[in-house]
This record gives sequence, C-alpha cells and structure tokens, in this order.
Amino acid sequence: MTRASLPLRRPAAAPHHAAPAAASADVIDVRSLDFFYGAKQALEHITIRIRPNIVTAFIGPSGCGKSTFLRTLNRMNDIIPGARVAGQVMIDGRNIYAPGVDVVALRQRVGMVFQKSNPFPKSIFENVAYGLRVNGLAKSRPELEARVEQSLRQAAIWDEVKDRLHESALALSGGQQQRLCIARALAVRPAILLMDEPASALDPIATQRIEELIYQLKTDYTIVIVTHNMQQAARVSDTTAFFWLGRLVEYGPTEKLFTNPSEKLTEDYVTGRFG
Amino acid sequence: MPDRPVRHFEGELEGLKVRLLEMGGLAEDRLQAAVEALVSRDLASLDRVLAGDDPINRLHIEIDSRCCRLLALHQPMAVDLRAIVSAVKINTDLERVGDLAVNIAEAARRYLRHPPVKELIDIPRMARLAQTMLRDALDAYVQRDTAAAERVLREDDELDGLKTQVFRELLTYMLQDPRTIEPALDLILISRHLERIGDHATNVAEDVIFMVSARDVRHHTGEAQ
Repeated sequence: MTRASLPLRRPAAAPHHAAPAAASADVIDVRSLDFFYGAKQALEHITIRIRPNIVTAFIGPSGCGKSTFLRTLNRMNDIIPGARVAGQVMIDGRNIYAPGVDVVALRQRVGMVFQKSNPFPKSIFENVAYGLRVNGLAKSRPELEARVEQSLRQAAIWDEVKDRLHESALALSGGQQQRLCIARALAVRPAILLMDEPASALDPIATQRIEELIYQLKTDYTIVIVTHNMQQAARVSDTTAFFWLGRLVEYGPTEKLFTNPSEKLTEDYVTGRFG
Repeated sequence: MPDRPVRHFEGELEGLKVRLLEMGGLAEDRLQAAVEALVSRDLASLDRVLAGDDPINRLHIEIDSRCCRLLALHQPMAVDLRAIVSAVKINTDLERVGDLAVNIAEAARRYLRHPPVKELIDIPRMARLAQTMLRDALDAYVQRDTAAAERVLREDDELDGLKTQVFRELLTYMLQDPRTIEPALDLILISRHLERIGDHATNVAEDVIFMVSARDVRHHTGEAQ
C-alpha cells in the first residue's frame, strides 16, 4: 500500500464534517486483533465493526482490555514499550497499522478525550486554537477565532467561557475543563471521538452535562466511550461491547445487552453478580 | 444556559405519555362505539368494535417495552421512577378497558337478537360517566393534577350506584316476564362491564396520585391526607 493511497494523511482543507463514509458503512472494522504488553496478551482476537454516527460503549471489569482496545483505535498504545499488535484495524477502509500510515493524521481523524481532563496551561482560547495552528487548519485570525468558537459551542461550553477566553484554562472547574478538552479534540474536525472514562472524575451534574453532550455529538461524530459505569453506558450508548479477560464476549444493541443479553457472562456482569 | 442541561430522557418520557394517551383515546372510542351501537341497534358497528382490538393490543406491548427500556437504560429515580411504574400500570388498565369494550359489544350482539326489553336510559348514562372518568383520569395524568384525579375517585360511587339501579330495575322485568331473562341478563352484564371500566379509570387516577405525590391511596390507605 502506498502512502499516497492512504486517506489518513493530513487533508488539505477538507470541508467540515465531510462524510467519512456512506451512512450505512462501518467506519471502524477491526479484524482478529491481538494485543500484547510484552509477553502478556491483553486482547485476543477482537473482531468488531462499528457504524458511523452512533455511540458505542465498551464495558467490563478492570483489566478486561476495554481501555487497551480503545487505544488501539488511534494507535495510542504505540508509545508503550513492548506493545505489539497483530490483526487489522480498518478505519474508513484502511488498515491503520499498515506501513506508512501518518499517525499524526490518524489521531486528527480519530480524536481522544481522557479520563482526567488535561488542558494545556494556557488560555481557554489557546487550548482550542493549538491543534488548529500546529496543523495549519486556519488560514487567518478570523477563521481561527470562528473555529475556536464553533468547537466551544459544539462542546456546550461556549456560553460559560465566551467572556473569559483569554483566562487560564486551569481556572475552570473539572467539568468545564473536560468539556474544553472535548472542544479541543473537536477543533481539528475528527470523524471519530474516543473517550476514555470521560466523566469518571466528575460530579453527577457535570457528568450529566457530558452525557448529554455525547448524545448530541453523535449526529456529527462516531463516538466510542470506555466506562466502568455500566449505568452510564446504558444511558449514553446505542451499542455496547462487553469485554472480559481480553475477549469480546458480547456486542450488540445497548437495549438488548441490558435487558436480555445473549451470554450468561454478560448477564452476570450487568446484574452485578461479578466484576 | 439553564443550570442543568435538558436530558434527552425528558423526550423519552414525553413519548411514553403520548403513547398512553393514544391508547386511552382508542379505548374510549371503542367504549363509545359499542354503547352507541347497542342503543341504535347497529350490528355492523358492533362488528367493527369486535374486529378492531389490534391497535390497542399493539400499543399495550409497545408501551410495556418502552417502559422496560427506560427502566433498564436510564435508571430513573423519584418522580421519574414513579412515572414509569405508573405508566406500566395505566397501560394494563387501558388495555383492560379495550377488552371490556369488546365484551360489551359481544353482549350487545346477543342482546340484539331479542326484542328490546326496555328503553335504554341508565346504560348510556353509565357509559357516559365511565367515559368521562376515563378521560378525566387521563387529563389528570397529562396535567399531573391530583385534585382532578381525586374527583375521578369520587365519581366511581355514582357509577356503582347506577349499576345497582340497573340490576334492580331489570329484576322487575324478569320477574314479570321470563322471556326477558336472557336479554336482561346481557344488559346486566353490560352494566357490570361499564362499572369495571369505571374501576379501571379509578386505578388510573390512583396511579396519577401516586406518580405526582408518592401517596398510595389504593384500598383506602392514605385517604385522610
């Protein structure tokens, strides 16, 4: 595969929300994925296909591999010494582990929000503008400002910060910082947003805001969320994947998984009998 | 921006409410059609009532499945929890009202094989009252109005009284002329079905009171409050 044929290179000036694929096609298509931390196998033969513009939740007990798997979707595990991947992760029809893939462009297309909000020690504005600047995604100051505002609006935080854009992001509350990080991820216009326990450090009201935000964002993005909070997975997701000991036990519509799971193991987990 | 974001769960609750009202409307229409057909001795209309139970049955299943989904996926608390538990029960009551309308149509069909026992006065009155109770109970549900729900509970006594009156009156007809026994029994049965519809409307009203104020007034508990 030549580099030129990869869609994961930095797009010149892709129109906003250019459809990643036809509405029915799978945007993420993982085939027999194995993952190792040194000798330890953390994921075994994961095969999963994720449709665009839905929220998919990964659930399972600690150490089940759900976060590891999430991180394989934008190669965040690459930096871990001894980490090794086998199998394929197809995003928009291309294997992201193929030689020559531009990982920076990949992570622009597949954004990520972490458990602990991690704003840069800069102003609110600069936090969102940063990715636009380094990627050369805004041609002029007005364009930059417009995209910062748009991202902050999409992350449902604009009204709270519009009068103090140039104050430090670190002065924001935890919930606001997390929404700022979501705005920062959205600024570079990803197609897919990966969220690793995005609300686990937040109080119930801030959590509810994030959950509603996730619900709204799915019209424009494909969202994959890892959560140890089963109820949260039930509330926000359309499909749910249950992981156990590095294996994908069950994957299907969230309603089915939480009202009538197919696997005994899933039933035991969602009813709180183990895990 | 409001203090808390609008939860999309609110939209789900609204959808549930709309479905229950649709079901209530269907049940009410069928009750009215059955009694009107009885009074006007219209067999064709009775047949339509007998044939048309499907939409209610479909809604019955759909509403239960919505409630189940909302309980599983949203873990509702306090008033939201009571709203869904009440919806499950109201759903069952409305489905029973639909069934009773069918039972009325069946009895009416048998009744119309005979010459009229008498002019029908109290049965249409009972039907109007039962229908009003049902409508008022559903309005109370929509408005979350416990005072309106309590009025429905009081109306049930009147309906019970009418049923007793119908029975006593028809008894005199049967004693005078044994040929009226068969049709008169069907009229008694119809009055019994109408009285049961009032009981279901009462149940709906009780569920509204529980949903709004967490007060359980069933079986005359909590009435004094």
